[in-house]
Amino acid sequence: MSSVVLHPALILIAGALLLPLLRGNARNIAVLSAPTFALIALWLLPEGKLWQVPWLDYSLAPLAVDKLSRLFATIFLLMAAVGGLFALRQQSRLEVPAAFLYAGSAVGVVLAGDLVTVFLFWEFMAVGSTLVLWSAGTSTARAASMRYAMIHLAGGVILFAGVAGQIAATGDANFHAMQADSIATWLILIGFLINAGAPPLAAWLPDAYPEASWSGTVFLSAFTTKTAVYVLLRGFPGTEILIWVGIFMIFYGIVYALLENDMRRILAYSIVNQVGFMVVGIGIGTEMALNGAAAHAFAHIIYKALLLMSAGAVLAATNRRKCSELGGLFHSMPITTLCGTIGALAISSFPLTSGFVSKSMVTQAAIDGQLQTVWLFLAAASAGVFLHAGIKFPWFVFFQKDSGLRPADPPASMRWAMIFFAFLCIALGVYPDSLYALLPYTVNYVPYTTAHIITQLQLLLFSGLAFFVMLDHLKRTPTITLDVDWLWRVAGPALSRMGGTTLAALRLAVTAPLASVATHLRSRIERESRHDGLLHRNWPTGTMATWVMILLLTYLVLDFSAL
Amino acid sequence: MKTEHWLDDPRNVRKLWLGFLVVLALTVIAGAFVDLHPHFEIESWFGFNAAYGFVTCLLMIVGAKALGIFLKKPDTYYAKDERNE
Repeated sequence: MSSVVLHPALILIAGALLLPLLRGNARNIAVLSAPTFALIALWLLPEGKLWQVPWLDYSLAPLAVDKLSRLFATIFLLMAAVGGLFALRQQSRLEVPAAFLYAGSAVGVVLAGDLVTVFLFWEFMAVGSTLVLWSAGTSTARAASMRYAMIHLAGGVILFAGVAGQIAATGDANFHAMQADSIATWLILIGFLINAGAPPLAAWLPDAYPEASWSGTVFLSAFTTKTAVYVLLRGFPGTEILIWVGIFMIFYGIVYALLENDMRRILAYSIVNQVGFMVVGIGIGTEMALNGAAAHAFAHIIYKALLLMSAGAVLAATNRRKCSELGGLFHSMPITTLCGTIGALAISSFPLTSGFVSKSMVTQAAIDGQLQTVWLFLAAASAGVFLHAGIKFPWFVFFQKDSGLRPADPPASMRWAMIFFAFLCIALGVYPDSLYALLPYTVNYVPYTTAHIITQLQLLLFSGLAFFVMLDHLKRTPTITLDVDWLWRVAGPALSRMGGTTLAALRLAVTAPLASVATHLRSRIERESRHDGLLHRNWPTGTMATWVMILLLTYLVLDFSAL
Repeated sequence: MKTEHWLDDPRNVRKLWLGFLVVLALTVIAGAFVDLHPHFEIESWFGFNAAYGFVTCLLMIVGAKALGIFLKKPDTYYAKDERNE
């Protein structure tokens, strides 16, 4: 174990522990420099298993670097830095340290070379993210953070059972590609998928993320689901069932986002939708598809954070989150409107944005594999992304009817965070080679062909036409749409209450007669204990002798009957 | 009439709509002049992507509305259980 090498995850976590002690400018500098130092440390690392620790009979590798892990660690640290900039004016003193613990743990997962380290950081991530949510300080956020923690702790238990089973079965703690062919590997896969926002538990994500503070949701959107994408990429590439899991996630996200009124819940559902594209790519499993999934995760973190920053800026300025109460904000928030719109174009994969150069690699992989059904689903989904996030979000928040609100653009720290990520959305779209150079496999793909641009524009612009044609049916109403979280928010508690009353009634039915028997017995004993009672009387010796004889006879009979 | 922002003027909005429709038409017409390298048989139909994008979006909206009939609730639905927690 080389001690000269600094672990980027530990740098960020050390920063998280240091932050609560600092105030004012020292704190601001620490917020920006902790992720920056970690990023520098990451890029100074050579490839390979850098730390080897013997533990029990296994050899653990808490620090292992290759192209895939460096790509994910890079975007996580970049996100922590820019998220920290955005959150500089956050009043809660808990949120940013919690977010750095969370981000640092996510970096720990992607730099882990063995399953034990993966599990450890996986759980720290759950703690950090729960604290981010909790630090919003509202009662709804606290309730949501408890539900969120339950799901993630359950997921952690499933993952741990899988990891323990896998290590017991193979004697190998290393984290490498697996086949879902044993109970242990299935449990690992299920544990990973729960964090990815896969069915049937996907509702934890739109339930929890939108309850965080205006800056908290920005952090939350980045790490949990994309760490899950990373471990699926490394652990289960080419697992066919993931194609269908991903397609389900894509359309689940679109349909629920279309019905949603809360601007940040729209974006939360669209996280599930976007992760669905990555999961499909992992399921296809070719080099093109895996590159596409990794590139899309990288691009997605940036534009999703940008979208949530613009929503956070609106929330911080207006204290409103429902589309039905917003609108017309372009009048007074031009920078936020522009940045939010750039994020919306990037998520929709418009040419010249980052989404165009990343998502199309997954689509291309479906084409190369002659998977026509999958391709048709992906094409429809691309149109659907523009529909539910690309137009819907900016239209209802910044344009549509005039709500009469005239809040100003946010303060400089928030503005610069948005401008920087908006710049990256365009820069990655214009110079895709800078992103392609970081991908795990050599990229042999040219995104900008005339044919690709024209077909993509047809798909997207006609999706836009459909939006405006159907606008009357998409008008927002103050409603929510029930999701599976109904099961643990309403059905579960109701069932347990019902179970409680049934149990109480049952107990009464059993104990009431028993109690009367007991009372009767006690009064009888009391009566017989008086000095003329049965228990107080002198018994003749003859009676005793008779009883002893009866006992002995019984023994005799039993003894013979046993023969 | 002086408006607060050029986008508030209905005439400008009409111009934007016109521009949008022209671009829509151009992307479809371009298909006649450029080889779009169809990967699958179905893709070689003229204007396939345009029609497919439009129709699938309508279907998704209709599907979402249908689901909404059963699952839509007032947004105060969960407020009760949150007060209890």
